[in-house]
Amino acid sequence: MFETFIEAIHQAIILIWKGDPEVFSIAIRSLSVSGLATLLSCLWGLPIALGLALSSFRGKKLIRGFFNAMLGVPTVALGLILYLLLSKSGPLGIFQLLYTPLGISIGQSLLITPIVVSFAASAIESTDIGVKDLARTLGASRFQTDLAVMHESTWGIILAIVASFSRAFAELGVAIMIGGNIRYVTRVLTTSIALETARGEIAFSIALTIILMIIVFSLTFIINFLRRT
Amino acid sequence: MRTKLFVIIIVVIIILIGWGSYTYFNTKMTTKQLLIVSTTTSLYETGLLDILKVEFEKQHPSINVSFISQGTGLAIQTAMRRDADMILVHDPVRELKFLQDGYGVNRKVVAYNFFVIAGPSSDPANVKGLSPTEAFTKIKEAGEANFAIWVSRGDDSGTHAKEKRIWKSAGFDTTELRTMSWYLEAGTGMTATLRLTDEKNAYTLVDLGSYLNNYANENIKLGIIVDAGKDILNVYSAIANNPKKTEVYGSNFDASMKFIEFLVSDGVQQIFADFGKDKFSKPLFNPYIKLLERGNNQELIDWIQDLAYYDGIECPLHYRYEADDLYQVIHKELIIAPIILDFQN
Amino acid sequence: MSSHLHLEKLNKNYEDLKALNNLTFDAHQGQLISLVGVNGSGKTTLLRIIAGLDLPNNGKIIFNGKELNINDLRKIATLVFQKSIMFNTTVFKNVSFGLKVRGVDSKKIRNKVFDSLSSVSLQGFDSKKASNLSGGEQQRVALVRAFIIEPQILLLDEPTANLDPSNAIIIENMIKKILERKSCIIVMATHNLHQARRLSSFIAHLHYGRIIEFSKSEKFFAQPENKITQKFVSGELQF
Repeated sequence: MFETFIEAIHQAIILIWKGDPEVFSIAIRSLSVSGLATLLSCLWGLPIALGLALSSFRGKKLIRGFFNAMLGVPTVALGLILYLLLSKSGPLGIFQLLYTPLGISIGQSLLITPIVVSFAASAIESTDIGVKDLARTLGASRFQTDLAVMHESTWGIILAIVASFSRAFAELGVAIMIGGNIRYVTRVLTTSIALETARGEIAFSIALTIILMIIVFSLTFIINFLRRT
Repeated sequence: MRTKLFVIIIVVIIILIGWGSYTYFNTKMTTKQLLIVSTTTSLYETGLLDILKVEFEKQHPSINVSFISQGTGLAIQTAMRRDADMILVHDPVRELKFLQDGYGVNRKVVAYNFFVIAGPSSDPANVKGLSPTEAFTKIKEAGEANFAIWVSRGDDSGTHAKEKRIWKSAGFDTTELRTMSWYLEAGTGMTATLRLTDEKNAYTLVDLGSYLNNYANENIKLGIIVDAGKDILNVYSAIANNPKKTEVYGSNFDASMKFIEFLVSDGVQQIFADFGKDKFSKPLFNPYIKLLERGNNQELIDWIQDLAYYDGIECPLHYRYEADDLYQVIHKELIIAPIILDFQN
Repeated sequence: MSSHLHLEKLNKNYEDLKALNNLTFDAHQGQLISLVGVNGSGKTTLLRIIAGLDLPNNGKIIFNGKELNINDLRKIATLVFQKSIMFNTTVFKNVSFGLKVRGVDSKKIRNKVFDSLSSVSLQGFDSKKASNLSGGEQQRVALVRAFIIEPQILLLDEPTANLDPSNAIIIENMIKKILERKSCIIVMATHNLHQARRLSSFIAHLHYGRIIEFSKSEKFFAQPENKITQKFVSGELQF
């Protein structure tokens, strides 16, 4: 057990130090696939969060509740549903998204939309209510007021985006069901880890895990650093 | 400061998208024909298919071949849903169903190996050297006397199907066995099952590749207790999707047929024969076509054909489609086989 | 033409509580009207309604002969809150906010902001983070931020309530300067009767949502007509 860990750390250092080209390309693919997923989810997630946080209407609580409940959706379940939808014999088969990186991105973006919506809406709601009054009394239009409130909750929103990216980056279910773990095409860090574990290459998969965690931690670290300055 | 920060963040995001689209375009814009082969984990995880991919794409530069590795059941399902163009699996019974239901054509047996029964080297059930069915029977007896534990994959994989068939031919019903305390079901992949077996000092059925790999990586200390016998023969076959039933968006039937022809070609048969020798000092797979060519082990050929042929034929005529070449090539090769053999010896 | 604000029969109810009860009053350009009264007498409610932040249940707000709705009010009136609220950004961006939303061009904004900041001895503070400033400095920023948009009605809610005496004097002097320009109507809620006396043209005594005394500053203290106001001025009423 202990030896496996030492071996894993050793392998991780070698992989990073020597810049193993395949591991590097897998990591880049992970970053870009999940980055695009995050971007997509922000595209519709942030407006939803804004709408939920800044306006009041009937059924608002219901929608909030729905997104809160969806926070815990099992990735494999979502992956399976999307697989059936995107399969060539499924209703969305014509788009030919199964086993493509774009397919993973779309799947992950759906997975993390509840995180973007719930976290960003909470961040905006927790902004001092006075800010809204202040913007209004200084003559801001409704849109300008919303912008000011959003600006006040910038860090909360950024943290929501980072959290959703991390979730997409570290999830396995969607990536393996939609992507199929095809080498050079849809293999990402998590599916590699699953494959290497299944292969019995425990040390190598822990090494990949270390790389994955380094990326997630450094992202969080950079954000926190920027936040302080 | 704030504006600067936003600019930085936006630039980072744009770079991400840039990278993203770059990778997509790299795969999407390729003019190559994409061939998707749905295969079993035990075959894929050995790494053999990565070598075959390189070799195949060298011979057919216009085709890009990808492998989806799943349990045999799911692998066949994937092809039935038209998400894969062909299958490469090891379960003759379900393969026949795939053909009979009209999903597949042009089945070809390409390679074989043996499952092994792995267990503690102390061999508490005392089954070393027995035939598989005898070994299973004794393990059951030892289990009931609390001497031994059996770990089943329990996940409907090809390996699990094999195990169930062996229990059956030994005269036992697995639905009954699974209620017994000495019979554990892992319900997971091969490596995890092996580790569980190792922890419990139990016996299990495992494909040779997975066993050797995990043993070499020191994940397990289990030894090979039984390693030959008709019952633990493991035969891999390739089947193309039936173009009349399953092709909807563009036809990959030609590419599938090229891949099957490639699998039975002399060069690839040799790759099968050599793969794993350097790492494990024994090959993980044995080439079936070469076995036929050599023709000097009729008993083994009979075992394989008993197990994996349907009424003495590897692919009944009505499950063939525009593939006369595929089945004739063998005969031609048979004729020239002795000459090749001379060279090798 | 000097502008004129007329409030007519304003009512505001919070459930059972009548925060404003048929309130009527008048104010002219260049005047500072102080609102005094115990807590809960309706001072803040009145200011928020004039600012266009809350709607009255009924009643009219007439400015220069025209009845105004909530959006018009937000354009001509601005409120400085009791607890100074800062946008979480620099002093410059805080002060320039009102001009920016009015579409003033950025060069003009820069000049105006720097002039205004130096007029209240905050030169060099422009790039500091507003939330890092002291309470007195924040209140100065809040005032500058309000009068830089040249409102026709400037509303101040207890502008010195949370400040030590020396800072309170700075703020009072700022208010005096604004008053001297006679460019707007100032309505100020305050607890500090001395401050009301020092600054106001008129003082209005609010009691349970009604104005019970409305008179010139001197008269308010010397000979208030209302009995309650008499007690209030003499300090018998608790704040």
